[in-house]
Amino acid sequence: MKGWADFSYRCGTWWGSVLAKKSVGPLRREFAPWDDVTERPFIEFRNVTKRFGDFTAVDDLSLKIYEREFFALLGGSGCGKTTLMRMLAGFERPTSGTILLDGQDLAGVPPHRRPVNMMFQSYALFPHMSVEANIAFGLKQDKMPAEDLKGRVSEMLKLTKLEAFAKRKPHQLSGGQRQRVALARALAKKPKVLLLDEPLGALDRKLREETQFELTTLQQDLGMTFLIVTHDQEEAMTVADRIAVMDAGRIVQVAPPAEIYEAPGSKFIADFIGDINLIEATVVEKSEGGSVLNAKEFGIHIETASTTSAAVGDTVWYAIRPEKIEISHADTLETDTMVNAVRAEVWDIGYLGDVSIFHTRVDETLAIRATVANRSRHVERPISWDDQVAMSWGRDAGVILEA
Amino acid sequence: MKGPSWFNVTSMVFGFTFLYLPILLLVIFSFNESRLVTVWGGFSTKWYVELLENDQLLAAAWVTAKVAFISASIATVFGTMAAIVLARAGRFWGRSMFSGMIFAPLVMPEVILGLSLLLLFVAIDQSRGFWTVIIAHTTFAMCYVAVVVQSRLVGFDRSIEEAAEDLGCPPLKTFFLITLPIILPGVVAGWMLAFTLSLDDLVIASFTTGPGATTLPMKIYSQVRLGVTPEINAACTVLIAVVTGGVIAASIATKRRQSQHEADEFAAAG
Repeated sequence: MKGWADFSYRCGTWWGSVLAKKSVGPLRREFAPWDDVTERPFIEFRNVTKRFGDFTAVDDLSLKIYEREFFALLGGSGCGKTTLMRMLAGFERPTSGTILLDGQDLAGVPPHRRPVNMMFQSYALFPHMSVEANIAFGLKQDKMPAEDLKGRVSEMLKLTKLEAFAKRKPHQLSGGQRQRVALARALAKKPKVLLLDEPLGALDRKLREETQFELTTLQQDLGMTFLIVTHDQEEAMTVADRIAVMDAGRIVQVAPPAEIYEAPGSKFIADFIGDINLIEATVVEKSEGGSVLNAKEFGIHIETASTTSAAVGDTVWYAIRPEKIEISHADTLETDTMVNAVRAEVWDIGYLGDVSIFHTRVDETLAIRATVANRSRHVERPISWDDQVAMSWGRDAGVILEA
Repeated sequence: MKGPSWFNVTSMVFGFTFLYLPILLLVIFSFNESRLVTVWGGFSTKWYVELLENDQLLAAAWVTAKVAFISASIATVFGTMAAIVLARAGRFWGRSMFSGMIFAPLVMPEVILGLSLLLLFVAIDQSRGFWTVIIAHTTFAMCYVAVVVQSRLVGFDRSIEEAAEDLGCPPLKTFFLITLPIILPGVVAGWMLAFTLSLDDLVIASFTTGPGATTLPMKIYSQVRLGVTPEINAACTVLIAVVTGGVIAASIATKRRQSQHEADEFAAAG
């Protein structure tokens, strides 16, 4: 029971931090087991393939997830992310390949014997049982003594702020409360891995954002390994230590959120995560410290700190996020030095409240987007529709992607 | 709002008359003083008293109740199993043939069903009686149970079962702890349907019964051949009262539960 006492203590701490309205907690700068070659992976997919008839849902996929990691599988619908998670839970059997959990091969282990618990997208609460009974269900399967069981259920109720609703049935709860019951039920058995299948999809935006932060705090305090499946990139970026971006049954990049965003591995990821300008260019010069590109269509040169393996003369893509582009009146631009800057005309402005998106056109076909934070309350902006503007950026603002 | 048109009113009156006038007449004449069925001789409950003293009729009623109870229970078990296979097994070889065979007895003439069962019992040299009627009734009531339970399973969220297994519950236990309680209303409805079907079956029972296992419908039918007596009317009225009472009670219970459920959901959302 010592483990459990420790666990409840941590739950209590988490609860306290919520009460104190503390923020996310310390960023785990030092937490990067994936960079340590001596670290043993906690969950490992080895060349896993899953086919449904002719359709290949997961295609020869290998992946390592480490203990205490908050790992996100991100991708559009039908990319195989849910199938991958369901194979770990035991609801689908891989066509080929191995899945290891804490060194144990999971092949042939039925779902009810796997030390993982899942929070379902539909919550899958037992409609004929009260909140209490729902949470206690998994513990009863383990034949936990009544006293301990009672203690842990009330701990879970407290953790998820559901004490007042213990006797209610699921249909008597709101969406957010049901989500909490599902979470408490999945956490109650203190699984080695908690699987979250689109856990926040049914919540409204505000509640979703709150819950995202609560999830990360909870995960850090409990020290469990969390695996989340989501199609929402913001959600993945907010909660995860690392994100695996999936496409057509394969993983296209595995990296921490900032790396995925700032150094996308391919055009697909750059396009999939957030908004980005993609500029076609040829390599003019390359060195250790950076490269020079020629964007012919724009009639400009681009100096960048980003390096490339492409040879001089090759065609590459220069990718730059809209928020890294500065927009100013055209007369501030010296005409001759067209490096990391381009003349354009404001074509449309999208006002989103916190930021405005400027859609500008260099000519009929070439467009560049820039976002500007709205730092004053004035609705009238110095730059307006049809203005001639200069779009400029720094050396380290963009990244080269091989074509 | 315009009131219902004369056409609607007429067709409704005509329809209900067609359906319920004979039953109404039967009920009225069960309180007839006169022995003559078609002549009203004043109000009396003497036929009900006489009914209670008719041992043969009571014995037949008891046999019917036992047959209906046992066959409905067996049919519910098998029918539920068939429904689960149909709703869950996905596409397997011979699925459409299997489902076709499950539902065929719904449209099969009872005479054919009864005759074929009789031939089977003769062929395997099974002496006919109480248990052969039960087997026969189980056979045809099973399909009705399968249909009712399957409709309940269609809207069933499989992830609820997966959640139970995920929490450490083996599949069979999951069925009894999770699936069965959720589909129970459908199973109970299926049982009641099977019970009622068995209760009023005449054709199949006549084919498959033997000495000492006369059901109430058979008894009534054989007595009517000798002339309709007010006593039979009384027996039928009792049957109608039982069935009507059951149906009304069931629908009130469902309605109450549903409105309570809706009120709860409304309160939770608010």
